[in-house]
Amino acid sequence: MWRRCLLSVTVLFAAATPAFAFIAYVSNEKSNTVSVIDTDKWAVTATIKVGQRPRGIEFTRSGKFVLVAVGDDDKIEVIDTATQQVVDSLPSGPDPELFTQDAAGKLLYVANENDNTVTIIDLENRVRLGDIQVGVEPEGMAISPDGKILINTSETTNMAHFIDTATRQIVANVLVDARPRFAQFKRDSSELWVSSEIGGTVAIIDPAKRVITGKIEFNIPGLRREAIQPVGIGITKDGKTGFVALGPANRVAVVDATTHKVTKYLLVGQRVWHMAFTPDEKYLLVTNGVSNDVSVIDVSAQKVIKTIQVGELPWGIAFAEP
Amino acid sequence: MIRWLVGVIGLSVVASHALAAEPIDIHIGYLGQAGIKSKLSLVEQPSENDGIAGARLAIEDNNTTGKFLNQRFALEEVRLRDGEDVAKAAATLADRNGFIIVDLPAAALLKAADALRDRKTVLLNAGATDDRLREQDCRANVVHVAPTRSMLADALAQYLVWKQWKRWLLVVGSHETDKLYADALRRAAARFGAKIVQEEMFEDTGGARRTDSGVTLIQRQMPVFTQAAPAYDVLVAADESEVFASYLPYRTWDARPVAGSAGLVPTSWDAAHDQWGAIQIQNRFVKLNSRRMTARDMQAWTAARMIGEATSRTNSGDPRAVSDFLKGPDFSVAAFKGQRLTLRDWNLQLRQPILLADGRMVVSVSPQEGFLHQTSELDTLGVDRPETKCKLN
Repeated sequence: MWRRCLLSVTVLFAAATPAFAFIAYVSNEKSNTVSVIDTDKWAVTATIKVGQRPRGIEFTRSGKFVLVAVGDDDKIEVIDTATQQVVDSLPSGPDPELFTQDAAGKLLYVANENDNTVTIIDLENRVRLGDIQVGVEPEGMAISPDGKILINTSETTNMAHFIDTATRQIVANVLVDARPRFAQFKRDSSELWVSSEIGGTVAIIDPAKRVITGKIEFNIPGLRREAIQPVGIGITKDGKTGFVALGPANRVAVVDATTHKVTKYLLVGQRVWHMAFTPDEKYLLVTNGVSNDVSVIDVSAQKVIKTIQVGELPWGIAFAEP
Repeated sequence: MIRWLVGVIGLSVVASHALAAEPIDIHIGYLGQAGIKSKLSLVEQPSENDGIAGARLAIEDNNTTGKFLNQRFALEEVRLRDGEDVAKAAATLADRNGFIIVDLPAAALLKAADALRDRKTVLLNAGATDDRLREQDCRANVVHVAPTRSMLADALAQYLVWKQWKRWLLVVGSHETDKLYADALRRAAARFGAKIVQEEMFEDTGGARRTDSGVTLIQRQMPVFTQAAPAYDVLVAADESEVFASYLPYRTWDARPVAGSAGLVPTSWDAAHDQWGAIQIQNRFVKLNSRRMTARDMQAWTAARMIGEATSRTNSGDPRAVSDFLKGPDFSVAAFKGQRLTLRDWNLQLRQPILLADGRMVVSVSPQEGFLHQTSELDTLGVDRPETKCKLN
């Protein structure tokens, strides 16, 4: 009796204490807005008007600003998280899409789809420092955990370009399957994952040797191979579990990041694109472009627990780093 | 022993030579016709470089990729005038180029293919939509990038049937190509459950395409021409010769939409297509050529990109190696259609989604949802493996 009472009090207490809320920012490609999601309420708490065709979205390292690439306006806008308004913009090249920062948060590397270049921007002074020529239709961007190597994927050239961040020269090119969209390092630098949307695979690259050492293949009963289009990638900090968004297959694949085998497919919304973990890594949020919503995945249970309506054609999503 | 040593040295020389990464030069020929085929609409007049402009963009794209692989691509253009010997032109072009993108009518394409039968030159058909080139007249040295008439007709039929516009009034031009398109449309109607309620022939009586008072005459002519039709949902026109179809929209006796050669047109590409990253190639094309990209441009771009894709994957510029790769199970190419494009191994036709465009917007993309297939939904478009008459080799 006593024990049961205590237990229910504990449960009550736990339920009443608000979980530590995180704030996600979601770019809505079609509505030219950014939706702000409160993970405590699992609801959109604000909608911010931005420029045309917002796609790539990330927090600055300080966590004070959110950067969003507005491709049709040829720039990157800066949202102040305190006021939730656009306060400034950065000079990118034409049609910026995805970008990444160095560890210090001083340099921003931007893929400019229209120009076959990666643009380097000084974040403090908000000026353009230069361009690096890459393959046709640069898209995916990632920086190695030690900050020495920048990865850019080019969609029509079908390569992951390895760029030395000190010399700003390409030092290696790894040919991957068709239309590479996204690149992601494991935290310990042991692997680089590159998703190929049209090829339908994720290449596992050894970042030291710069060769492909394996491939994640996807096979969903009842779905044609053409419908399986890997785009967004998330890997847990311990490097043990990967999540891959499969676009029009409407599923997120759960991957054993050691064996590189798919262990489960989670049904989410339509045309699932990019994803972001909550900083405590309890949840993974994925954007569903065609159904205009965000699915919430419980990471340890590997289950979809919620769907949140956002703007039209949600594309990218970002959380502040812890 | 000495002989054995010499052999080893010889081998190592060959090996180190290969490792020295000599640049690979890939020469691509473009064989087309001189002059342009006039269209009824002034805004649709093809440019002199229709087609090859797309190949030029692909050469730029391939060279950007080639920079990283030490591969260089070059394009050589030959235009045939009326009466010129196509076999001779093809042979001369093949002396310098391992690959030839061909934009010629069916008969001329066959002459070129047969003239090069004993060489390893790979021909890529970027213009002719004739089904016979993929069926009874298929050739092992020709890869087809252009869709067939039956693929185009099936793509349109799937949409019209989905729309529940199942009663068609079919109007056919009097030229041979119009009749071939009409054959494909009849086949599509039968396959997907549409009914052709009546068929009319529009006789080409010759005369000027453009006159100063043309509109008045057409406005009287077209309603009368469509007056006697039984109840129908949509007028489907087969007019590849550009004689009458573009005069039909808004001028039919009954208020009915027009599709086929005017109105809602099935096509491999449209300047309004912007899905699946297509905006990027549209922008690149306009920047390079100062005009918008047509279906012929896209077909030539895709042909040259297929070569680039194969040379980068095989690390070889040898036409035989490239051809083997294109025909093999690992080939696919991305061409801004939302999915991988592959080759039908039974007739070397490129599988592809077909756009349905009205001249201003892309209305839909076929195959339509619900048209299923055991191998690829793209094979619901055109002649499928069990029906093929093609025997390669």
